[in-house]
Amino acid sequence: MYGFLIAVGVLLLLSIIWMVYRIQSLVSVVKGSDKKIASGSNKVNAILFVLFLLGTGVLMFWYSIKEFHNYQLPIASEHGVVTDRLFWVTMAITGVVFIITHILLFIFPYKYQYKEDRKATFYPDNNKLEIIWTAVPGVVLAGLVISGWMAWSDITAPAPENAHVIEVMGYQFAWDVRYAGKDNVLGDHDYRLITPTNAAGVDFTDKNAVDDFPSPVVVIPKGEPVLFKIRARDVLHSVFAPHMRLKMDAVPGMPTRFWFVPTKTTAEMREELGNPDFNYEIACTEICGRGHNGMRKVIEVVEPEAYRKWFAEQQTFLQSNPALAAGYEAEVQELAEVQ
Amino acid sequence: MATASVATHDAAYDHHDHEHHDNFVTKYIFSTDHKMIAKQYLVSGIFWAVIGGFLSILFRLQLGFPDLNLEFLRPLLGGWIDEAGKLDPTFYLALVTMHGTIMVFFVLTAGLSGTFSNFLIPLQIGARDMASGFMNMLSYWMFFVSGVIMFISLFIKTGPAGGGWVVYPPLSALEQAIPGSGLGMTLWLVAMTFFIASSLLGGINYITTVINLRTKGMSFSRLPLTIWAFFLTAVIGLLSFPVLFSAALLLVFDRSFGTSFYLSDIYIGGEALPNTGGSPVLYQHLFWFLGHPEVYIVLLPALGITSEVIATNSRKPIFGYKAMIISMLGITILSFIVWAHHMFVSGMNPFLGSIFMFLTLIIAVPSAVKVFNYLTTLWRGNLIFTPAMLFSIGLVSFFISGGLTGIFLGNSAIDIQLHDTYFVVAHFHLVMGSASFFGMLAGVYHWFPKMFGRMMDARLGYVHFWLTFVGVYMVFFPMHYIGIAGFPRRYYSWTNFEFSNMYTDLNMFVSAAAIITFASQFIFVFNFFYSMYRGRKATQNPWRSNTLEWTTPVNPGHGNWPGEIPTVYRWPYDYSKPGAAEDFIPQTVPLSATPESNLPHEQEQVKLEMEIMKEESEVLAANGSNH
Repeated sequence: MYGFLIAVGVLLLLSIIWMVYRIQSLVSVVKGSDKKIASGSNKVNAILFVLFLLGTGVLMFWYSIKEFHNYQLPIASEHGVVTDRLFWVTMAITGVVFIITHILLFIFPYKYQYKEDRKATFYPDNNKLEIIWTAVPGVVLAGLVISGWMAWSDITAPAPENAHVIEVMGYQFAWDVRYAGKDNVLGDHDYRLITPTNAAGVDFTDKNAVDDFPSPVVVIPKGEPVLFKIRARDVLHSVFAPHMRLKMDAVPGMPTRFWFVPTKTTAEMREELGNPDFNYEIACTEICGRGHNGMRKVIEVVEPEAYRKWFAEQQTFLQSNPALAAGYEAEVQELAEVQ
Repeated sequence: MATASVATHDAAYDHHDHEHHDNFVTKYIFSTDHKMIAKQYLVSGIFWAVIGGFLSILFRLQLGFPDLNLEFLRPLLGGWIDEAGKLDPTFYLALVTMHGTIMVFFVLTAGLSGTFSNFLIPLQIGARDMASGFMNMLSYWMFFVSGVIMFISLFIKTGPAGGGWVVYPPLSALEQAIPGSGLGMTLWLVAMTFFIASSLLGGINYITTVINLRTKGMSFSRLPLTIWAFFLTAVIGLLSFPVLFSAALLLVFDRSFGTSFYLSDIYIGGEALPNTGGSPVLYQHLFWFLGHPEVYIVLLPALGITSEVIATNSRKPIFGYKAMIISMLGITILSFIVWAHHMFVSGMNPFLGSIFMFLTLIIAVPSAVKVFNYLTTLWRGNLIFTPAMLFSIGLVSFFISGGLTGIFLGNSAIDIQLHDTYFVVAHFHLVMGSASFFGMLAGVYHWFPKMFGRMMDARLGYVHFWLTFVGVYMVFFPMHYIGIAGFPRRYYSWTNFEFSNMYTDLNMFVSAAAIITFASQFIFVFNFFYSMYRGRKATQNPWRSNTLEWTTPVNPGHGNWPGEIPTVYRWPYDYSKPGAAEDFIPQTVPLSATPESNLPHEQEQVKLEMEIMKEESEVLAANGSNH
């Protein structure tokens, strides 16, 4: 019944629009306005451009200011401060260009709308102008590129020796986290060793793997460098920690990495935001299938002392599941004893 | 050269004399006439735009109104709506994928280049038809087959391809990873193969025609900017589409023949696959080697159309004709060496990232020059706001807004945070999607009288423009905020995360704006088809324009000009020349006929022109006596 009523309503609306359309086109023929070069609509359109400029300009400023605290995520890493500063410098420069060009773009139509008694200025070229507006953007962009390049080089430089090594492996549809253990070296892995109990395919005959341990949460110390060693075991994924300003694809068959220094503990951030439930998160930003939007992992940033305490308490893979060494117990045992 | 071209013109003219008796099939379906092929492309483009737009409305419903019961879509989507009345997440990904594929390739590549390159190249350079009418027909029908295959893939049981329009392997290579990577992906690859063949056939034709079939006097320095744009677009397409083909071919091998170009160390569905040694990043390099030039393949024709429309309706020469050409050349060349800026965080060597950041930001310079030239063209003009002019101004606005956000994304350090967020979505929908779409609409409004001999209704055009212009900004501008806040793309919903568990209001607003914008496109569809039959009869040169197409009859027949092809004596932008009585001087008016408005250097050319004309008339007289 509702469907029928809606259909009738739409039909009525369409026929009204149709009538209005026919009437106005007939009227315009009678008035002969179709013969004119520019009809009265010319003025209306010119004014609408100015109204558009004012309307959207006000809307943009109002919303950008009002919502600033919402869209500007707090920063929790050292390099994040740098990239955000670059972002806002770029915003300032492009913002000025955006506003000036748009004012011109929408004021000109009003100012130079068609007048029968006026002739446009014949102004085909001016090489000086062309050179100026090639050179100025060139110089400004060069400045942006160089500052961006310096930041990028620092961010992608090799991680410091003392960085805490953590492996983040993506799979459909979750992240698997492995700590390198006391030796701070991850054990080898091989995708052919993957079993339901050994999701990361760790090779436990490698002595570096003996002290590796899993964690349901990424716990990291504040103020110390952390190195994510990133990989995937099925399709592409991408590690995205928005508050850390961190993103790197996880690629099957090609290990990637990203290192950073967290600057605020979860507790500090909770206090700063006045939100006792706040958590740092990792999300996936490379389309990976049905559960793409659900690959959540929590990062917990703690004080270094708390981190060391937590670290010492963790049980290695082999401690919590000795069966993992099944098949090559002898070698693993030996390795464990050596340590 | 002069005699050769005269001879070809004569041959074509004679050919024209034997009047064709086209039946329905040869006239409307297997036509080799460039104008009819252009219309075929245009109507196909409109069809695909409606489909592509509709798909976006479906996923915007999910994003803007996540709690909405979509039961009413069951008659259309069947099993993709689950028992709770929710859209299936896998199908959501398929919708996103198909929306991208359709819009980028079928609407903005085929619909835009296919329509206007075909229609305008012969008409604006003064040729009877394309260099090869048959290849041109083949190009359209390859595109048609491609479309049919892609369309079928929408309805198969496992759904169409769902790995994003970039179809990155391994997701697109493994059926176990997502159902769309089964038959749907196979059809996608087959369809794209046909599409690439179609593009190449078209492109070769455009290039050949522009180089070889220009009428007398139509030197490259007198070509309208539209033709320059179509020409360079075809060059880009010809050089980059084959690389997409090779990427697709290797993907086919990986999918069907057990090779490992892109696959390595994969454990999926409870088993370890035998593939080792491949690299998913290799695919990304190959894909973006087309993918980035593709941006300019869809953008340059729109910019060319805009240059023409803005000059005509400002009643002013385009400012910096030479600078416009140089910047288009610059864009063409640079477009091939910036592709990896799509891959800053793909895991490729960061040093490559630095190189591509430098190159990427260089390409912003010619784009900026173009914007400044458009603005200066408007300055002190005498602006007539035809719907085409409105859409062209809209294009410049989108080009600025979307272009500026490109400066953020081209900077690899800033891109770390913004990559694959809604900021990117906002960026390319403005600069590539909407700008090109507006260029296409401007072209339709401007050349409709030449295509169908009738005028489109201007007032409906105004309403269409304002609803669309405001609508597009209301859809894509808010996405910048959402993107800065870090919302990832291709998410079915954002409620799984605390950082993105907000902006439900803004997403609702975006979806509502999208629905209104989509609905207002039907004003255009109505205007288009109604005016085709019932629009007011057009005059020969309704916009008082300089270019050659307006010297043809209102309804140009086969061969375009009933008599001799006109000769060109000047560049196409002599608008409002001081001293001239009218505010435009068509390209066919000799300089010797306008002593009152000639510039000093043109006055010198008059003598040369007289000599050529004298020689010409002698040749013609000689030819005449031979007959």
